[in-house]
Amino acid sequence: MPTTVPAYGKEAAGRLASMADVTASDGALRRFLHGLPGVDAVGLQARAATLGTRSIKTTAKAYAIDLAISMIDLTTLEGADTPGKVRALCAKGINPDPLDRTTPKVAAICVYPDMVATAKEALTGSGIHVASVATAFPAGRAALPVKLADTRDAVAAGADEIDMVIDRGAFLSGRYLSVFEEIKQVKETCRREDGSYAHLKVIFETGELQTYDNVRRVSWLAMLAGADFIKTSTGKVAVNATPPVTLLMLEAVRDFHATTGVQVGVKPAGGIRTTKDALKYLVMVNETVGEEWLTADWFRFGASSLLNDLLMQRQKLGTGRYSGPDYVTVD
Amino acid sequence: MSSAFEYAPAPESRAVVDIAPSYGLFIDGEFADAAGGKVFKTVSPANEEVLSEVAQASAEDVDRAVKAARKAFEKWSALPGAERAKYLFRIARLIQERSRELAVLESLDNGKPIRESRDSDLPLVAAHFFYYAGWADKLGHAGYGADPKPLGVAGQVIPWNFPLLMLAWKIAPALACGNTVVLKPAETTPLSALFFADICRQAGLPKGVVNILTGDGSTGAELVAHPDVNKVAFTGSTEVGKAIARTVAGTDKKLTLELGGKAANIVFDDAPVDQAVEGIVNGIFFNQGHVCCAGSRLLVQESVQDELLDALKRRMSTLRVGDPLDKNTDIGAINSAEQLARIKALADAGESEGAERWAPACELPDSGYWFAPTLFTGVTQAHRIAQEEIFGPVLSVLTFRTPEEAVAKANNTPYGLSAGVWTEKGSRILWMANKLRAGIVWSNTFNKFDPASPFGGYKESGFGREGGRHGLEAYLDV
Repeated sequence: MPTTVPAYGKEAAGRLASMADVTASDGALRRFLHGLPGVDAVGLQARAATLGTRSIKTTAKAYAIDLAISMIDLTTLEGADTPGKVRALCAKGINPDPLDRTTPKVAAICVYPDMVATAKEALTGSGIHVASVATAFPAGRAALPVKLADTRDAVAAGADEIDMVIDRGAFLSGRYLSVFEEIKQVKETCRREDGSYAHLKVIFETGELQTYDNVRRVSWLAMLAGADFIKTSTGKVAVNATPPVTLLMLEAVRDFHATTGVQVGVKPAGGIRTTKDALKYLVMVNETVGEEWLTADWFRFGASSLLNDLLMQRQKLGTGRYSGPDYVTVD
Repeated sequence: MSSAFEYAPAPESRAVVDIAPSYGLFIDGEFADAAGGKVFKTVSPANEEVLSEVAQASAEDVDRAVKAARKAFEKWSALPGAERAKYLFRIARLIQERSRELAVLESLDNGKPIRESRDSDLPLVAAHFFYYAGWADKLGHAGYGADPKPLGVAGQVIPWNFPLLMLAWKIAPALACGNTVVLKPAETTPLSALFFADICRQAGLPKGVVNILTGDGSTGAELVAHPDVNKVAFTGSTEVGKAIARTVAGTDKKLTLELGGKAANIVFDDAPVDQAVEGIVNGIFFNQGHVCCAGSRLLVQESVQDELLDALKRRMSTLRVGDPLDKNTDIGAINSAEQLARIKALADAGESEGAERWAPACELPDSGYWFAPTLFTGVTQAHRIAQEEIFGPVLSVLTFRTPEEAVAKANNTPYGLSAGVWTEKGSRILWMANKLRAGIVWSNTFNKFDPASPFGGYKESGFGREGGRHGLEAYLDV
């Protein structure tokens, strides 16, 4: 697992700077975002469904299962979280299948800011990142200084990655520049003392944004503001990651990369529970943005229960037999 | 696209379909050898393997089949509509029950990917029978008079691109209206029609209501010319369609023709780009481009040409060409050596006339008939590849600057089967749809079919409509 935060190349930074005029004013930003190609909902859903019919078997399946495991942000985001629970989750992330030490590690452990130090300690030397949901997660309804303080705490406690939520109210009321500024400031707050940055994942809560056009606009907005990753949802609302929304976000990062040279990662989160679903997402990555994105650096699954299903499928491929829930650990 | 994530082969099992070494003609509810004893072979275009041997029907066989259909017509047409509907519903359900078997068979005999025969063809085949079963007892409400009468014996000749689907388009409305049929499937794809004959028996359909004659063009010509045929329906090439029209001229036979096409797929600068790219791919590479309504001419607004073509090429690079029975195959085999030669000749003409040829890097199998998905840029209206129907996975790209120019170029063809418009502007879609001389105009989609929607052409794309309420007219005395 490479641990470097992708830095903008010089040339890329130049190209991004050349887009600075689109964020010069609220009006300019609105005109730019509304000038992006529209999304035909029927066509988008049909494409996502078609990608879902790829048949992944044998060697490809074994490869994809290991890849999916290595892309998981293993998550616990509950009010009832305890240091013990977090430590158990960390242990599982390091060693997902105690019966098979060839199983890859997960990409990150995702916790609330107050658990970052615990997780950081438990993961020492493992190479697994600690991700923290900051910025008044999940609603994001707090004053900006509060959100920034939240972020600062998490970074100070050692978080490698910050998952921030955007102000959906501001976005839906058309105050795009305000959303842009907020992301920029959080990104700045991700800066560590040594000058490096914690990885910034921007959560849109696409279920609340309602339209696909909004999803494309918010994707570009976040990328222009410096997001390292764009993420579908918090996992705390009724509609979380869906294949069409993830496909659309992949198309957005692909186009952004082509325009600016800046590569941005994608993280669907919430509701991805089965190996079958995870493989469909990997197919989508493979055929939309390609191999370059098929690593934990550029694609993640935000999930808590997906890992066990992947482990059971992995055991099945290895032994030819299905085991059962008692052959994987509960936490 | 080469990737560390290479999909392992995922072939559909051939075991679900049992192909006999030889088949006779299906006349009056029985399989029988051809009178002359002549047979021909049908091969799998993916590997040239001989699948089976089928009978070559002669004039004598055509006469026997028409006589059987004539005899069956008396009772069949006298049945109450609701009774005919029962048979059609039964056939529809049997098709659904046997859909996996039929999909594999269709992919073997035709070369089309199992993904399409399984997900497109078979569901539509069943849907057509269900749809027209629903009309059988409501003909008085179709707008053709209180008690419209059937025509009699329908002689139907269908092409090789959608063997079972074209059969459904022909047979379902004919039977619903009370006609009996003699159908000739294409020479290269006769098997699914013979399996359908078995389904008719399974459904207990009265003898002689459906007769299937396999054979080549000469069998079709005999059938079309038979004096006791009341209605001729043909789907296929414009050339053959014209010959049929000449044969039928001066007789009291009713005729519908569904012929070639050279559809324009028009992309405006405000189109939903990603979905337009999917629509272009679906428009021309669906079924290896063996689609009469294929969007074979891409008209793209000059201002977005580069962006769109980049996206299209990137997408074409992900298309998987190969074994039709592999569930991950997007593009299967060209149906016959003859068709492959025609595609090659036209593509070469495109190059020699100055258009720029592009195809993604893809490995084609050693045996069988294959052609990589191909794109021509810099095409003008004067090029053969902008005028002639290629009937293969070859897309000609032209540009336009204004909506008027798009309409003028789109209509500047001897054909008029279909067209596509891609724009986020609703008013422009409606304006275009009124101006385009085509039987179907799709907006922000392409190659979508539904039994309730009429299908047919303008100009050299033929006349008459299939599907929907309109499709009944061709089989009723109105």
